Amino acid sequence: MKRRTVLTALSTAAAAGVVGALVFLAIAWRAEIPAVAQPKLADFDPSTVRQGAALVAIGDCVVCHTAEKGPAFAGGRALETPFGTLYATNITPDERTGIGNWSAAAFRRAMRDGVSRDGEHLYPALPYEHFTRVTDADLDAIYAFLMTRAPVPQETPENKLIPPLGFRPLLAGWKLLFLHEDPVLPIAGQSDQWNRGRYLVEGFGHCGGCHTPRNIAGGEERGKPFAGGLAEGWDAPPLNAANRTGHPWTVDAVYRYLRTGMDAEHGIANGPMGPVAHGLSGAPEDDVRSIAVYVASLLERGGSKADNPPPVDRESQATREHPEGAALFAGACATCHGPGAPMMAQGRPSLSFVSALQADHPRNAVQAVVNGLPSAQAGRTALMPPFGDSLTRAQIGQVVAYLRSRYSGRQPWTDLEDAVDEALNAEEQP
Amino acid sequence: MTANTATRLSRRSFLSGSALVVAFSLSSRAFGQLAGGGEGGAGPAVVAPTLPGSLKSSPILDAWIRIDADGEVTVFTGKVELGQGIRTALIQVAAEELDVPPSVVHLVTADTARTPDEGLTAGSHSMQDSGSAIRNAAANVRMLLVREAARTLDVEPAGIDTDGKGNLTAPDGWTLGYGPAAAALSLHVEAVANAPLRDPARYRTMGTSLRRVDIPGKLTGAPAYLQDMRLPGMLHARVLRGPSFGTRFQSSDIAAISSLPGVVKVVRQGDFLAVVAEREWTAITALRKFQDAPFVRTAPPLPSGDVAATLKALPSRDIAILDTANATAPATLTVRASYSRPWLNHGSIGPSCALARFEDGVMTVWTHSQGTFDVRRVVAELVGLPAEKVHAIHVEGSGCYGQNGADDVAADAALIALDMPGRPIRLQWMREQEFGWEPLGPGMLTELEASLDAENRIVSWKHEVWSNPHNNRPVGAGGVIAGGEIATPFPVPEGKPIPMPEGDGSRNSNPLYDLPNMRVTYHFLKDMPLRVSALRSLGAHLNVFSIECMFDELARAGGVDPLDLRLAHMRDERAKAVMTTMADRFGWAGRPRGDGIRGSGMGFARYKNLGAYCAVAMEVEIDRETGRVAVLRAVAAVDSGQAVSPDGIRNQIEGAIIQSLSWTSREEMTFSPDRRTSFDWSAYPILRFEDMPGAIEVHVLDQPGLPFLGTAEAAQGPTAAAFANAIADAAGIRLRDMPLSPERIKAALGAI
Amino acid sequence: MTITLNVNGAERRIDAEPATPLLYALRDDLGLNGAKYGCGLGQCGACTVQLDGKAVFSCLLPVAALEGRRITTVEGLRTLDKPGVLQQAFETEQAAQCGYCIAGMIMRAQALLDRNPSPTETEIRAHMQPNLCRCGTHMRILRAVRRAADMMSGKLASLEGGQ
Repeated sequence: MKRRTVLTALSTAAAAGVVGALVFLAIAWRAEIPAVAQPKLADFDPSTVRQGAALVAIGDCVVCHTAEKGPAFAGGRALETPFGTLYATNITPDERTGIGNWSAAAFRRAMRDGVSRDGEHLYPALPYEHFTRVTDADLDAIYAFLMTRAPVPQETPENKLIPPLGFRPLLAGWKLLFLHEDPVLPIAGQSDQWNRGRYLVEGFGHCGGCHTPRNIAGGEERGKPFAGGLAEGWDAPPLNAANRTGHPWTVDAVYRYLRTGMDAEHGIANGPMGPVAHGLSGAPEDDVRSIAVYVASLLERGGSKADNPPPVDRESQATREHPEGAALFAGACATCHGPGAPMMAQGRPSLSFVSALQADHPRNAVQAVVNGLPSAQAGRTALMPPFGDSLTRAQIGQVVAYLRSRYSGRQPWTDLEDAVDEALNAEEQP
Repeated sequence: MTANTATRLSRRSFLSGSALVVAFSLSSRAFGQLAGGGEGGAGPAVVAPTLPGSLKSSPILDAWIRIDADGEVTVFTGKVELGQGIRTALIQVAAEELDVPPSVVHLVTADTARTPDEGLTAGSHSMQDSGSAIRNAAANVRMLLVREAARTLDVEPAGIDTDGKGNLTAPDGWTLGYGPAAAALSLHVEAVANAPLRDPARYRTMGTSLRRVDIPGKLTGAPAYLQDMRLPGMLHARVLRGPSFGTRFQSSDIAAISSLPGVVKVVRQGDFLAVVAEREWTAITALRKFQDAPFVRTAPPLPSGDVAATLKALPSRDIAILDTANATAPATLTVRASYSRPWLNHGSIGPSCALARFEDGVMTVWTHSQGTFDVRRVVAELVGLPAEKVHAIHVEGSGCYGQNGADDVAADAALIALDMPGRPIRLQWMREQEFGWEPLGPGMLTELEASLDAENRIVSWKHEVWSNPHNNRPVGAGGVIAGGEIATPFPVPEGKPIPMPEGDGSRNSNPLYDLPNMRVTYHFLKDMPLRVSALRSLGAHLNVFSIECMFDELARAGGVDPLDLRLAHMRDERAKAVMTTMADRFGWAGRPRGDGIRGSGMGFARYKNLGAYCAVAMEVEIDRETGRVAVLRAVAAVDSGQAVSPDGIRNQIEGAIIQSLSWTSREEMTFSPDRRTSFDWSAYPILRFEDMPGAIEVHVLDQPGLPFLGTAEAAQGPTAAAFANAIADAAGIRLRDMPLSPERIKAALGAI
Repeated sequence: MTITLNVNGAERRIDAEPATPLLYALRDDLGLNGAKYGCGLGQCGACTVQLDGKAVFSCLLPVAALEGRRITTVEGLRTLDKPGVLQQAFETEQAAQCGYCIAGMIMRAQALLDRNPSPTETEIRAHMQPNLCRCGTHMRILRAVRRAADMMSGKLASLEGGQ
């Protein structure tokens, strides 16, 4: 190509770029919504605040919007994403550092469109893909609840994103691609309970935020709802027929799991699911049951309703295949999980029912061995110590391979070493 | 420790050992409960009622103190170290009144062949019983030494002094060591009540915070615990029962367990089963094999209602604790409230352990029970030996805080040893066995009603308490689990109340305050739906909680400061001093008041109205979204009479505050009809480091020369009340049913 | 089977089932008392030892996993004439009641101070979270860890003084 032609092409492209950028900025630009005086408790109907409290328990706002051991809703929690670190904002009604001077309209816009009161685009770590489907009445109730919390003055740290993602107008483009206004309307022929569950799951509960896979730009893949995703190094298992378990899920089992964090036929909510179950333990019982009805219907789609299979325990075969793993299990695991262990007389899940050992990928099983089960806040919940500091990489691999062989009857995992490396490397991060 | 004692034993011949045995055999249960830590037990008989402390039952001086030719002092106590620091405190007492350096005092704790029987080490009685006895015995000995020197020099006793280093001195420079002086004396004489005590102004040891003698070994892995004992030829055992008291695993194949490699024997005696192995891990593996079976319940089902429903459904024997009538102004305001506490676990970090050896017809049991002499009685009856053929020796275990599995496991070990003569048996319960089998701290209920007149004077006070006996310490084979399992079982003895002033479920139900028209009733419930016995402070935890919460409820209703209301109804000057000291140190006048999140509260009691005075204040901050309460700081003031070791007192009170916070805010033994379901630390969570207060300060009001007042349990009730009162102050919510858990607080706060 | 363990800097050979948890090998084969049986479930920390510098529960650590790895118990923190800094700090603060948990506490704290000689109060509390104490000695334990940290980082000249 000749030099002149090159220049022409470049300048044409540049011009197009400038025009494009101007058009883009026009789309991206959003007005500030005027500040209001901080609302008072008396401004709200108490029943609206209570309704908001119930929704907030289901949406589990407190998990992301609270720093480790920090005041509730005051933000500051670091959210690691493939694009850098985001810090959850302060959503207490503090006027300077929180949302104290946001009007209900500003709050609705943030939840619906992912735009801050001052007109800035918000990162989709706030799952507005889901919140956009929440009704006005519910958003107003959530607003009423948040605005009647104790204001906490606490600055949110600056995000640390890879360039150029710190440039927020770019988010407008992301939204063009991935944000779809799409109210959750009742589906005829389904029960009210199912429809309520669907509304909560698809909307404020934002279950797809973890359980639906994401594309390279971080948007949920709409074609693969609930096909399983990744969250903080854990697999969020598929909530469809691809979900692997020792026992089929039932409404009661899903309900127990969500409400108490444990179902004896499936295991214990661990990783990022732990706090979700903790939140749901304080949510209205009817709503959690509705969620269970809907989620169970997703899980059963295409699945068989066979009678519960007997527990798998192929001890001698597993010992032949993984002798080192067998010795490690006998000394490190059997005292809780082996036959005759005290837990077994107390209705705790047998390993043959633990879904993590049935899954297609070893990630969650490895995570559980490496990190254990942290004790939930002040709770009376299962407690498993971490083994990441006591067993070597090879030993963790051996014991997990043994567990898979003994308790699942499925194919050995092929990507076990990578999963162990992934979990241990994450653990070594400061 | 054990080796050390053994050498000392061989070095010193027992001059009067046989005399001691004779004295002990005079003991009769009819005189029980005089020592015994206020918790029943089979305490020794009183033979010298005018003497202080346990000298009443063991008045002969050389039962307590011996001095050898080198001037080394051996002191004997029937009390035991439970981690409360009693070993160090008793050494200080003896050193002070003998006027010797504490380093020359060797202390021998409860041993049925060597020490006086002082009943149980419980009820914050050790300083009152044994401390007083040793103090006065030491004063007697010092008096005799002085007299002996005076006789030798032919001077008046007033002309003889002691130098604090174990010497008698005269103004002319004459000195004589205690060793030679004692050699010319017989200490096998009865104590007198009026031996001169040392002048508090000249104290050298008492009142100083002598470092605990037992701590260095505990920090370095020296054998410090019964769990650390290893005897030649020792075997390891595990008991085979069910997951919970009153259940059994239905294991069909005991033969398979017997034939596991390394298993020496499965011991069976009636329904009592235990596995014995060369190695500890083998015994545990065999136990797990046994447990791989369904279990059945052999006892009636556990209750399914809440504490109040469960207790009120039981037949009650009503005991009037107080019933007074006074003329007062008319009541203008009445508050009624009901308070409760669930069943609690002792939660010892180390599960109970015992060693036993049956050799040459003598059963020796090493135990960390609080009642060494009771272990002898229990074991003797259980294995069918005369008491003199059973030798029980106390060795320290993990802290127990009341009757945990210690007595049961000692009986278990003896039963196994009986079947394997010559082999020492070490038996430690597993964690889930301790949770499942030990006697629990009883669930309790109170109902209070109090009225104020127009001037905010309390004009009537009604307190009813429902409780099982807290006093089921075994004194015979029927009191331990194995006693009900052997081929010819012993019946479980019927529970009895401990009479006031000590009380059990009624403990501290009688307010120390000066109140008119008091009606206090103890609904004593002898039928026990769950296995229960003593837990640190017995009924005082809930009774003090109830009284001190009611004071705050009245103060709030009457619009008066809670401290002022208390002081206005208190005549006891020491009680007032404790409360005002606490208030000064805490900054009560300028304390943070309830703003929805932060608040302050206090609680006060004199333990049993006989022991130490203790006031606790705390400042809390509530996370309204989670219901979690952070105790920002706690301040306590305590009057224990003459403080032997101020730091020892602080350590006990700090610990009591933390333990009571854990009980009050988190703990509850859960159960279903067929079993206890709290079986590990996940199902019975206690406070951990991140739950700890920001700071705890303890101020000790010293009372030089005054009698010792039991301290170890004094803060349990005041702390519980201060916590509830601070929450009420902070957020205007009054929680009356323990545990005051985050879930309950969040529910009480609601969304608004 | 015969297994060689590196305990407190010395090679020790024991004959044990490969699955035997280290706790029992330490106590029953090597006669070391520091690590205690508390729960056998990794929930209380009474059995804590250091493994390659990290604090671990010895009750859940089969000896088969330990060939070639470095085990330190509380007995290994001191020599006769030179008690460990943490042990001295616990003594100065009188940070024990019954003391059953204390060796485990010291070993967990040691792992923190080895990695971070100047921890904050929050870091100390978070790090000590796995270990339980029932007597309520926590405030003294925290003070002792702080004292040892200050000593190691030179902020405190002497371990003595103050209680």
